[in-house]
Amino acid sequence: MTQNSDNVLDHFDLFRGPEYQEMFKNKRKNFENPVADSGVDEVCEWTKTMEYRDKNFARQALTINPAKACQPLGAVFASVGFEGTLPFVHGSQGCVAYYRSHLSRHFKEPTSCVSSSMTEDAAVFGGLNNMIDGLANAYSLYKPKMIAVSTTCMAEVIGDDLNGFIKNAKDKGSVPQDFDVPYAHTPAFVGSHVTGYDNALKGILEHFWNGRERSVCERINFIGGFDGFAVGNLREVKRLLGLMGVEHTILADNSDVFDTPTDGQFRMYDGGTTLEDTKAALDARATVSMQEFCTEKTLAYCREHGQEVAALNYPVGVRGTDRFLMEIARLTGKPIPEAIVKERGRMVDAIADSQSHIHGKRFALYGDPDVTLGLTEFLLELGAEPVHVLSTNGGKEWEARVQALLDGSPFGRGGHAYPGRDLWHMRSLLFTEPVDFLIGNTYGKYLERDTGIPLIRIGFPIFDRHHKHRYPVWGYQGAMNVLVWVLDKIFDEMDRHSNLASKNDYSYDIIR
Amino acid sequence: MAGLRQIAFYGKGGIGKSTTSQNTLAALAEMGQRILIVGCDPKADSTRLILHAKAQDTILSLAAEAGSVEDLELDDVMKTGYKDIRCVESGGPEPGVGCAGRGVITSINFLEENGAYEGIDYVSYDVLGDVVCGGFAMPIRENKAQEIYIVMSGEMMAMYAANNISKGILKYANSGGVRLGGLVCNERQTDKELELADALAKKLGTRLIHFVPRDNVVQHAELRRMTVLEYAPDSKQADEYRALAGKIHANAGKGVIPTPITMDELEELLMEHGLMKAVDESIVGKTAAEMTSAA
Repeated sequence: MTQNSDNVLDHFDLFRGPEYQEMFKNKRKNFENPVADSGVDEVCEWTKTMEYRDKNFARQALTINPAKACQPLGAVFASVGFEGTLPFVHGSQGCVAYYRSHLSRHFKEPTSCVSSSMTEDAAVFGGLNNMIDGLANAYSLYKPKMIAVSTTCMAEVIGDDLNGFIKNAKDKGSVPQDFDVPYAHTPAFVGSHVTGYDNALKGILEHFWNGRERSVCERINFIGGFDGFAVGNLREVKRLLGLMGVEHTILADNSDVFDTPTDGQFRMYDGGTTLEDTKAALDARATVSMQEFCTEKTLAYCREHGQEVAALNYPVGVRGTDRFLMEIARLTGKPIPEAIVKERGRMVDAIADSQSHIHGKRFALYGDPDVTLGLTEFLLELGAEPVHVLSTNGGKEWEARVQALLDGSPFGRGGHAYPGRDLWHMRSLLFTEPVDFLIGNTYGKYLERDTGIPLIRIGFPIFDRHHKHRYPVWGYQGAMNVLVWVLDKIFDEMDRHSNLASKNDYSYDIIR
Repeated sequence: MAGLRQIAFYGKGGIGKSTTSQNTLAALAEMGQRILIVGCDPKADSTRLILHAKAQDTILSLAAEAGSVEDLELDDVMKTGYKDIRCVESGGPEPGVGCAGRGVITSINFLEENGAYEGIDYVSYDVLGDVVCGGFAMPIRENKAQEIYIVMSGEMMAMYAANNISKGILKYANSGGVRLGGLVCNERQTDKELELADALAKKLGTRLIHFVPRDNVVQHAELRRMTVLEYAPDSKQADEYRALAGKIHANAGKGVIPTPITMDELEELLMEHGLMKAVDESIVGKTAAEMTSAA
């Protein structure tokens, strides 16, 4: 036996033992109908060629490793950002297990979310009974202040009517008549998680705002959008607005529920935008979205209600933060305080200190539309060269915006935006037009392994490194974090390429 | 299950599909065939003439009561009627909710898994209207019906539906064994009905397997929730159904892959037979006022 109770081997060591190695070899030989290694190598090499890239980009009926998730994930993410709110996904259970695990693996926090658990008969007869029973159970078991309903594909394909179902459930006494049950249809086969975020948030605002008169006040609303760095970023926004003395409401503020303290008390719900504030948010003079492509419908809805709106694209970097702060100053008439001006100066200083190492480095990056827009702008600021910018859930508008950014800078020359492409397309790009660094989420590690191009983890999800979500990437201090992550990788690589004793270690320097 | 014949009746709603199929199957039962009827229509009226009952408990309504399909037994859903014909109705949701197509899939899977097809010679599926989604194509899929019989008449919409159903069959015919068995014209006494039905059959690459004349005895039998075969076995109409049954029985393995036609071709066909006038392109989209001022 390879395993014994006195010395338990973990999976790293256990499967490297001769018994397992022998077993793997036999399995391959006897059951896997193996092709000779040379044949595998030959095809593998071919997939790195321009010829293969052309075929890959002509691909129509297949997506391989899309860098996006589905609408309800975004809906759940937005819903937990409200006080005492339980996300309720009308549809099948497995889908909901996915949203919960996906969020929990990233934030390392439990994600409370229920499903109406539709099964085969619900698919045939419609899910009304599931809604009635589900709302009643969720309400009495988990005692939420609000239940935010969204849908999976199953309910959408059969056309379940949430509005009617919720009214019916209330009539049957599942929840009190005046209990808040906002809803949004979030078909997973349309758009991506950013669409779902938008739909869910709009659904919640509609629930509280429709039919109310607006009396304008000085407050400003903020929307973060779907963001893997939500914990750090939203807290950073609050800090900056606090320094400026801006009265504000952050809508869908999930920074606390995704970062609950361990002090002996389980918090199923924590923090979040209060329902009172959400109601009162109608009266705000303006709504600022940190991610335009996450909030297209929501912002249009705010505008319809007479609010001024401002849309940013993930303000990471100096220019992005400048734009953010100046927008706030314009909307509120408040000056930007000295403390923030100093932060900016420090950030610019940091860039200047390290600029020589970043200048001219080639980058590939992928992610959500706003995230890639923000990062591209920041890289150009640093004198880095974004060569491949890819977004599976980016469309024509996104492409034009990224391309305009690239074309507007000498460092963007030769850079291209790739909307609607997946990570297998990215693989071809990395082999045929190599870059120095790749920026993306955890799934980029497969590209890193294949191509040898080091991965800098910025995006969602990040499963295999811990606590990134606690760091802001917005604001000057957030930009500082991103700068440090990029530099760390650059220096690690430099060391890695100069550490052979008496071969190349003449460059293995203490001072970089 | 060797030798099990699986057939299906499709056609526009209201065309007389269920009446035709039940009478024909009753005739087949007379010939000694052991028959199972699977009603795939949420109205659940595919078996009422055999069972003398308004509508039997459907698979899906019982499943909803029991909690899930897995909780059902075959005996709960299968009823026996005239000449020992076994009947099941899939049933489905109320209009406007849920997914009737998924209901058909659920029901047929349940029947197969629970051995409903054992000890019989014929399974006949009676399917609602048009092939509107994948669920209603379930009987056409691989290892289900070998031949599809389309019930139609000389009306434009019935012919349009027949052509559409052929398109559905064509989709599955190349990958599986499903074939178009033929058209059954249920007389509506429209102009040149026989010629038209015959011409459409030719266009679709099949034949008009039988022309069922109109006869009030069918209505009389229906009022009593009976097939003509049972109500008036000696009538001329009963013999018509016997003839149709005989033809279907002899038609095993003789189905074809249909050649559906375009809407334009269908219109041409109607024009050829004088059922439709050629469209004067110069008046299309012109209001009455425009026509007057032009004149």
